Amino acid sequence: MNDTLFKYLIQLGDNSLILGHRLSELCGHGPILEVDMALTNIALDLMGQARNYYQYAAEIEGKGRTEDDLAMLRDAREYRNCLLVEQANEDFAYTITRQFFFDAFHLPLMEAMKGSNDERLSAIAHKSYKEVSYHYRYSSEWMKRLGDGTEESHSRIQDAVDDLWMYIGELCEVSDVDQAAIDAGLGVDLNAIRQTVEQNIKEVLKEATIQIPEISFKQSGGKSGIHTEQLGFILAELQWMQRAYPNMEW
Amino acid sequence: MDNIKSLEENFQAKVDAEIKIEAKDWMPEKYRKTLIRQISQHAHSEIVGMLPEGNWITRAPNLRRKVALLAKVQDEAGHGLYLYSAAETLGAERDQLFQDLNSGKAKYSSIFNYPTLTWADIGAVGWLVDGAAIMNQVMLTRTSYGPYARAMVKICKEESFHQRQGYEIMLTLAKGTPEQKAMAQDALNRWWWPSLMMFGPSDKESTHSAQSMKWKIKRKSNDELRQQFVDISIPQAEFLGLTIPDKDLKWNEERGHYDFGAIDWEEFWNVVKGNGICNKARLKARNKAYNEGKWVREAAMAYAEKQSYIKHNQMSSNKATG
Repeated sequence: MNDTLFKYLIQLGDNSLILGHRLSELCGHGPILEVDMALTNIALDLMGQARNYYQYAAEIEGKGRTEDDLAMLRDAREYRNCLLVEQANEDFAYTITRQFFFDAFHLPLMEAMKGSNDERLSAIAHKSYKEVSYHYRYSSEWMKRLGDGTEESHSRIQDAVDDLWMYIGELCEVSDVDQAAIDAGLGVDLNAIRQTVEQNIKEVLKEATIQIPEISFKQSGGKSGIHTEQLGFILAELQWMQRAYPNMEW
Repeated sequence: MDNIKSLEENFQAKVDAEIKIEAKDWMPEKYRKTLIRQISQHAHSEIVGMLPEGNWITRAPNLRRKVALLAKVQDEAGHGLYLYSAAETLGAERDQLFQDLNSGKAKYSSIFNYPTLTWADIGAVGWLVDGAAIMNQVMLTRTSYGPYARAMVKICKEESFHQRQGYEIMLTLAKGTPEQKAMAQDALNRWWWPSLMMFGPSDKESTHSAQSMKWKIKRKSNDELRQQFVDISIPQAEFLGLTIPDKDLKWNEERGHYDFGAIDWEEFWNVVKGNGICNKARLKARNKAYNEGKWVREAAMAYAEKQSYIKHNQMSSNKATG
């Protein structure tokens, strides 16, 4: 088995799955009906991406595990998503900021991943890039609306940016898995996209009249399986059926 | 007076001739009000209906089911949107309709005041609740008001898909382990009677029916639709190997229909009046989403105003320099 590719796929899949899960919690509870539908659309895209990665990972692993085993039957320490995507929907400002930070990273990531020497990974990137372009446009527009909307929206979005800022450094952190994938020519060199990510974020924040936080420390750990307390609760719901009723068809 | 009378006659003649009434046509005030009430109730049902099903999105048993459920609940939001738009063509305002829902003034389908307790409930809701809704909605594709009828055509297509999906969940459970089959039977036991109640009070008790039939807003009576639903559902339950919880259920050769047991109307009216197990929780959830969304809607509005102001200024300065 190609161990590097497997681990790289898990890392990608976990980001999409956990962020998709967070968005799916909001389905039926959105602030505006159209927003409810749009966030669900994004959740659906992300879940679809997660399935593409896990299905591929399950195939190359060749141990008979399925996409569902990978998504729902690993322990918390085995998840490799970034800390950002597991953060809670404190309010709409948090949801949008979390989405925007991730999209600002996800877009150049998918663009670069189109050039992967692994054909199937490149094909997933081509498909996902189109979806993520829409996500990025959507979340950027909301950043501007909230930043340059009312006093209340401005202060809420500023708080969300301040609170989530410490998680963006991890997005472009090169893990051992990333390094091995870069060396093999299948993964994206995160050092090469870092500048684009930062520029994406800064340009939109500026236009949204949001102050860039003066915070230089960053939190990381997700990529090596050390998460915030949030993940356990997500998994409690996500895995419950599979754990409570093992080995059944649904 | 004569004038109004002849307008009313013309209107009824059109309805009788199966010509659709459109938004700009003259219509009796009561027709307009009845439609606003019915369409908005229908829209609210779609929106409130997102809650019991949405409950299970984060807990869906596998990724395929999770994605299907997410897409389904999103479809319900879309149905709500078409229906609110149809109500708007009659002069209603969406925000006012929301406020009527949130204050408890407007009604929605009582079925959504029942809880979804297990995964099998997602199957049963799709199979029975969507199934019962379709009976009503297929009829409404031929309703006399054009925008409503057209919204229904689109909605019906998606609802039939949802119903098949729900039935397929039940089928998988019924063919599964004994534990899964018991889960499916339990869901059927809890959802069967409330589904029959979805068609509303029996014809002798129904207050709005006669006029609505005359105006061809409705084309079949509550009891007719209910019978149609029972007749269709019984062989479906048999195919699943599940038992419908009604000891009086029996094929009546003479009528060419199934006879079924008495509906507990006391329960029905109780839930309609707000005493169901989830009435309060559903309204609370809708109010929460609405109230917590207030600052978001205000921000969107303020931003749009600023943008149009900037655009306007740019245009005037272009004119001045050009």
